[in-house]
Order: sequence, then structure tokens, then C-alpha cells
Amino acid sequence: MINFHDIKEISKFEWEIPQSFRADMRVPVRIFATRQLLSEIMDDKSLEQAVNAATLPGLVGHVVVMPDMHQGYGFPIGGVAATLLPDGVISPGAIGYDINCGVRLLASQIPYEAAKPHLADLASALNHFCPSGVGTKGHIHLSEKDLDQVCREGSRWALKGGYASEADLRRTEEGGVFSEADPAQISRHAKERGRSQIGTLGAGNHFIEVDLVDQIFDAEAARVMGLQEDHLVVMIHCGSRGFGHQICTDYVKDFQSAVRRYGIHLPDRELVCAPLNSPEGKAYLSAMRGAANYAFANRQVLAHYARKAFEQALAGKVPDWHLHQVYDIAHNMGKVENHQVAGKELRVCVHRKGATRAFGPGFEGLPEEYRPIGQPVLVPGSMGTASWVLVGTAGSMERSFGSTCHGAGRKMSRSQAKKSIWGEELRTELEGRGIHVRAGSLPGLAEEAPQAYKDVDAVVETVANAGIARKVARLRPVAVIKG
Amino acid sequence: METPAGFQEIAHTADWELYVWAADLNTLLEQAARGMYSLMAARLQSSPRQRRGFEIHYLDNESLLVSFLAELLLLSELENLGFDTFDLQIESERLIADLSGAPIESIAKEIKAVTYHNLAIRNTASGLEANIVFDV
Repeated sequence: MINFHDIKEISKFEWEIPQSFRADMRVPVRIFATRQLLSEIMDDKSLEQAVNAATLPGLVGHVVVMPDMHQGYGFPIGGVAATLLPDGVISPGAIGYDINCGVRLLASQIPYEAAKPHLADLASALNHFCPSGVGTKGHIHLSEKDLDQVCREGSRWALKGGYASEADLRRTEEGGVFSEADPAQISRHAKERGRSQIGTLGAGNHFIEVDLVDQIFDAEAARVMGLQEDHLVVMIHCGSRGFGHQICTDYVKDFQSAVRRYGIHLPDRELVCAPLNSPEGKAYLSAMRGAANYAFANRQVLAHYARKAFEQALAGKVPDWHLHQVYDIAHNMGKVENHQVAGKELRVCVHRKGATRAFGPGFEGLPEEYRPIGQPVLVPGSMGTASWVLVGTAGSMERSFGSTCHGAGRKMSRSQAKKSIWGEELRTELEGRGIHVRAGSLPGLAEEAPQAYKDVDAVVETVANAGIARKVARLRPVAVIKG
Repeated sequence: METPAGFQEIAHTADWELYVWAADLNTLLEQAARGMYSLMAARLQSSPRQRRGFEIHYLDNESLLVSFLAELLLLSELENLGFDTFDLQIESERLIADLSGAPIESIAKEIKAVTYHNLAIRNTASGLEANIVFDV
């Protein structure tokens, strides 16, 4: 049990659990939170999980946790950890089963008032074109050869197939493709799961949401991104589906024996890991990149079908129904990056699990138009509440390995949410507030109720005040499609 | 009074946790499978009945539990099959499973994966128990 007296207050928005808290910690834990959010975080075991994460071999700097942090399995959701190349470790559980779960934002020139009479049709069209729910198959069935191409090429595969434009790829993290992905490191079972799921949303907390731009905080950044107040945008939140889940399952199993071979002792078996330069570590990294490419392609295909839905519902009814990409960014990923640690530039593998990369202005990997403003950060809120567009800052580069928050963060268990919230009542309430809901499962809807989450505005205010992101725009939902 | 074998959902902030107990390892695996299907709200069709068999070579009992449940998740997704009759033979570091079930009629909730998080099969006065966390 971790209490306030175990934690050092650095500022109103930043706290630290020192390395001396537990003998097996290799680095301190740095927490970005207000006192209120920190006390909510202490309601579950997420800080214990962060301390466990701080025992991974090869860590540098500190383990960082975000204000939307909550208890996960092994590594906490909202956690960031950097391990030093060449022999620091990579841990599949510190990236998560949904490899490259992430968010894509598409903007439009459609005024909300012009679209308002057609929003019910738009929600139904999105629900029709973008398959969601448990076990759903997509419009595309990949051959084994196609799947290997998706693994290697990510969004480039989608471009060749007519599901993307060059502009989409320019505005996707890594251009929508990680090099050095190797399908040979991926199991037959994972490939079987992946073949029918491209272009599907899945279930759980994944969604497609139509929002309007409610408030702009940084006019110049919003202009560059093409965001206009009271105009519609589309947010797509999903990942690598069963393909990524199986890859992580396979490697967490394999690494149970790898940790014995490498003499690595951990407080939780879900944190199993292998040195980055070991055969096991290299194999996982190549497989993980394949899953990440699959997720980029998946969100790209969903964006293609979202465009079709907009055309069907709005063509001829609004002057311009087209959607252009703002950005696509992962929040479950392991990436090799350069970071300054204690005055030295180090090559590290940054594990982000429920945390978003947030590189500041000047980063060369960004599209030219984004270099002066910083990398767009997309923060979906809980269903029915605000979502946010932020940008990365110099502060995030200095203090959080170029990372920031990823969402609202759960505070209520799923079982408690199911007991206390009725899906039908929730849908009626959301519809009463002008939010069109299309949900595959009403109990599933109840589990994702806004009451089950922290206040996303408080989370965003915290990262903004801490200096690890800057606010650009606040979005308000008008239609939600969930599995 | 607690029954000799069973399962119970435990509150977890983001994922699902299942407490299972049984007199022996075979029954613990069976209860974990039944508990997982219950969390998914999986309903089976009445027919046609289907049988599947598989073997798992394992490192330790916890790895066996995770691998067994992961195999069932895989069969649910790839073949749309769920099982309600379990014949499980455990030899040294090997499970031979012979399962009988039916096509799945519906699943309300998707489980992404079975995790090793804090997983330990514990000895009790009446047998074995474990807490399993599922990523959902």
C-alpha cells in the first residue's frame, strides 16, 4: 500500500516515489497528477504496479505515470518506461495486448448546424460501413500473402489498395509504417486471427465518434490542423485486434522461460521481458512492429469506410462532406528513440502503455506543417464527454520521454458499472443530450459509461499545467458508434 | 458455505478478475474455463455437438492455466466454438485435453487475453485457488 507520505511533492502537478521506497526499484516513479487525481489513483493498485515496473532491467531516468493512470495488469495503464539500448529489456506486457491501440482524427468543413438534421442517418451509415462488436469480420479477407504485406507495409498497403491517400500517410505517426517488421516472427494462430479483422473496430472501449469542435485554445495550431469551431470531426479509436492480442499472448508465454535463461527476477510475471539485443527481444520487436503496422492499416481502412459513410449520409446535403486527416497516433507502443537523460543523449526503447507520444516543436519526423507547432496528441474522453486535441511540448521531451496522457482513465470497475448503470437508460440519456448512439451491446455500453471514468478535462488541465502538452481544441460528441 | 469448486468475479478497475477454486488442478482448469465463458456471457447452440482435442506442454501450473484458457479463446474466435464438457488428463508437464461443446450462439463481451498478472495457484485446506486477470 502506497500513501501520500511515501510520495514527494515536486509541484502541484508532479510527484515522485523515490527509488528508496523499495529495494528492488532501479529508478524512481514520476507521477503527473493533481492531489485530487492522485488520491483517486490511490483507490486502486496502479501505483504498486508502477513501482513493480520500476524494477525492469536497463531502465533509465524514471518510470513516468500520467494523470489518467489506472490499474492494469503488470504495467499500469498510463505508464511510460525507457530502457537503454543495447541490453536493456523489452517487455510485451509493458506495451499491452492491443499493440498500437491508438487514435485517428479526421477533420471536415461541415458546419454542425448543417449536418444536425442528418446526424441519425450519419450514425447509422457509420455503424453499417465500420463493422464493430465481438468476433466481427470486416469487408476485406486477407490471404496469407496479403497479411504479410500488411505486416511489412502498414498504411502503405492500404494506399496501394485504394484505402488511403498520400496525405493520410504523411499525417500518420511513422508515415503509417514501421520498417523492420518481420512476419516470420509471428505465429500461425496470430495470422489466422488477423486475416478477417482488418477494417473492424472490435468491442470494449473502442469506438468511432463524430464530434464538433467545441472550443479552440490555440488558434494557430488549430488552423494548421484544419480544425474550425462548430465544425464536425471524426475520431477513430482501435488497435491491432486479435492479431496483436495473439502476438502479445505468444510472446508473454515465450518470455516466461526467457527470464529464467537471462536470470531476470521480477515482482510480477506479466512484466516478463528479454534484453533488446537478445534473439527473443529482437523477435518480439519485429513481431510487435508487424502488429503496429496492422493497426495503422486497420485505422486507415476504417477511415476509408467512414468517408464512404459521410458520402452516403451527407453528399448533396452539405457543401463539402470530405474528411481530411489531422493525425493518427498510437498509445500502446514500444519505440526506439533518442532522449536526453541527465544531460546525455541516450538511445532507448520507450514503452508507452496508455500514454501518447507527444514530441515538441522541431521534431524532424513530423510533417513539415506540424514542426513549428509540435506533434498533435489525440485524447479521447469517456463516452458522452469531451475529447481533446493537444500538441507535444519541449517540456514533454525533457520530463516524460516525449509522452503525455491518452484519455480519461477508468475509476470504476466494470462489474460495478454493470451493476449501477443500465445500458438502455444511458443510451436514452445520451440521446436526450443530442448524442446519437449505435451500440452492439447494452451491457457493454454500461461498462463504458462516463460515470466509470475520471474527468477528462481535469486530466488535460493537469498535463497542460505540468507543461507536458499544450491545449489546442476541445471536442464535443454528437454521435457514437460502439461494438 | 463455499462449494467444493467454483468461480466468482472480482472487481477490477479496467479489466476482469476471476477467483476460481477447486479440489485439484484438473477441476481448477475446468472452473476457470466455465468462469471465463460466464464473463464473456457466451451462449452455446444446442447442436451440432463438436469435439476438439489439444495438448499443452507447460513450464509450471500457472503457465498451464494461462495457456489452456488462451487456447479456448482462440477456438472461440477462429472456429466459433465453446465447450461445456472437459476431459483433462495431466501428466508430467503435459496436458491432454478432450473437449466437447457446440458452436457459439452469442458472446456479449470480448476478452483480449489471459494475463499472468499476480497469478499464483495457491494451496488451500480444501484444494487449490487462483485469481486470474483478463485483458478486456
